[in-house]
Amino acid sequence: MWEYTEKTKELFLHPKNVGEIENPDAVGEVGSMVCGDALKLSLKIDKETGKIIDAKFQTFGCASAIASSSALTELIKDKTLDEALKVSNKDIAEFLGGLPKEKMHCSVMGYEALEAAVNNYRGVKPPEVEEGNIICECFGVTDTKIKRVITENNLKTAEDVTNYTKAGGGCGKCVPEIEKLLKEVWAEKVIREAVKPKKLTFIKKIALIQEIIEKEIMPSIKADGGDIELVDVEGSKVTVALRGTCTGCLMADVTAKNIEKKLKELVSEDLFVEVQ
Amino acid sequence: MRVTYLDNNATTRVSDEVIEEMTPYLGELYGNPSSMHTFGGQLHRKIEEARGRVAELINAEPDEIIFTSCGTESDNTAIMSALESYPQKRQIVTTRVEHPAVLNFCKTMEQKDYSTKLLPVDRLGKLNIDELRETITNNTAVVSVMYANNETGVIFPVPEIAEITKFRGSVFHTDAVQAAGKLPIDIKKMPIDMLSISGHKLHAPKGVGALYIRRGTRFSPYIIGGHQEHGRRAGTENVASIIGLGKACELAGKNMHEENTRIKALRDRLEQGLLKSCPDARLNGDSENRLPNTLNISFEYVEGEAILLRLNEDNICASSGSACTSGSLEPSHVLRAMGIPFTAIHGSVRFSLSRYTADDEISLVLKRMPEIIKELRTLSPYGRKAAGTL
Repeated sequence: MWEYTEKTKELFLHPKNVGEIENPDAVGEVGSMVCGDALKLSLKIDKETGKIIDAKFQTFGCASAIASSSALTELIKDKTLDEALKVSNKDIAEFLGGLPKEKMHCSVMGYEALEAAVNNYRGVKPPEVEEGNIICECFGVTDTKIKRVITENNLKTAEDVTNYTKAGGGCGKCVPEIEKLLKEVWAEKVIREAVKPKKLTFIKKIALIQEIIEKEIMPSIKADGGDIELVDVEGSKVTVALRGTCTGCLMADVTAKNIEKKLKELVSEDLFVEVQ
Repeated sequence: MRVTYLDNNATTRVSDEVIEEMTPYLGELYGNPSSMHTFGGQLHRKIEEARGRVAELINAEPDEIIFTSCGTESDNTAIMSALESYPQKRQIVTTRVEHPAVLNFCKTMEQKDYSTKLLPVDRLGKLNIDELRETITNNTAVVSVMYANNETGVIFPVPEIAEITKFRGSVFHTDAVQAAGKLPIDIKKMPIDMLSISGHKLHAPKGVGALYIRRGTRFSPYIIGGHQEHGRRAGTENVASIIGLGKACELAGKNMHEENTRIKALRDRLEQGLLKSCPDARLNGDSENRLPNTLNISFEYVEGEAILLRLNEDNICASSGSACTSGSLEPSHVLRAMGIPFTAIHGSVRFSLSRYTADDEISLVLKRMPEIIKELRTLSPYGRKAAGTL
């Protein structure tokens, strides 16, 4: 049984803003019945101020999908479109006092419906088919969407991706591809956010090493059931501890070499790694 | 508020007679049946009495029954035993709609160089017997086909499958966890080698099961240790629960007729009522060859978890094959194997009755269900497609 908060239960049993606005200014539809959840959002917008005067929803889905939709309408009312677009799936989940992690995709659906409605209002044509290649055939999730959700929510494992997008939750065939995408996103992210700097203060160096370990290295180690922790940095010596299934693993040396390679590449050539 | 319990394929209420029979063995009679002294040793007789009662339910001999900790252990034990008894044979034949206790065990065996053939089912959840016949070869160590499906209640033609398997020289095991106590089973009339029973599905407590092993069947124990169960299942006996299982089997035998008359009539009333009062509802599974207590029905355009939680407000208990209720976001493997469209799987609800189900429980569901479906369809963007709300 799911552990829903009182707020989620309340909004499921007595949802607010249910229905369809007559002559709406904007409509956003996401999901499909095949996927098991779908949301249709309709908005009334004040043309002068650009504010959302009314928002109504119709949802096919489970309790948390219905509650998330209701939360979304509450959160965006009386906001301008730009303000409303800042409402993220995290805000929706927070409004509900949290969602079980397996149900986070319900809050993502809320955000996507809003985005679709705003595009509809602004005359931005949604792409005929969602951009990117379909990765999860069971739920029709594309690599574009998976990458976006990984980035926005700092997801680290394929299981997280399933909880947020459903991808990989059907037959499970695409899980290796999701893991590949995770690696790609994190590699891009780290490089984008931290182009190898010329000179680093010691504190900055530690922070950067920590960041690269967390974002670049941890996801693949976690995928294999292990974990890694930065223990110390003295001069050029980086000490890490491997945990979980890494403990006593014959591959630990190989892992250490890989970590060293990454750190040399992204932080500084003189670094070397020791496993505690 | 009174609980309306229509989830008996998940677990059942322990009957009062069973509790009464068990109570002394949870209290003052706490001995170990393996002991030399009378205080413990006398329990041995009670265990043998229970063994006789379990055997009687399926017309087996008492020495063909061993007690286990649950249906899953019985299933695992049976398949493992067949594999270890015929190590040169490397294939397992089973179906796509088995319980995870069989399916996941077979998957694990694939890592040990066994191949598993999963037989498909048709729209009604029925097996293609010709395909089964062709699939079994000299290399097949064991064929494991459930007696009746837990989600749809569809009954497989086990006597026929057992004959085919015997003819081909493989071991036949059936997971009869849902069927035992609901259907008359005469083990002497069909060549079943092993058959699994679970206590909590037939009004005994959780944590006890039984495995029937036909005399002469090669057997290799799964749990190794002491000499209990003549070395076929080690571990100190779960005395009270075994005694409870014995009593529950005796009661199930006595109530078998009621199961197939009164309970079936209640189930049929629920089925016909819901199909009539809820537009766009459809029955899942073969309506003919089906357990008398099970109803699996899909309500299009609404989602199963939402239905269950609305029913929960009235303390009505049922199950769903919807992805959102599975814990893994994966919709029912049984309904998918049957080729039921996703739209109908998401809105599937299983009601399963027992001899404790009362008329007014069915009436309550018949009253509430159309209201709930209508409410949820009002919420749903597809609701207008449903005939009832146009």
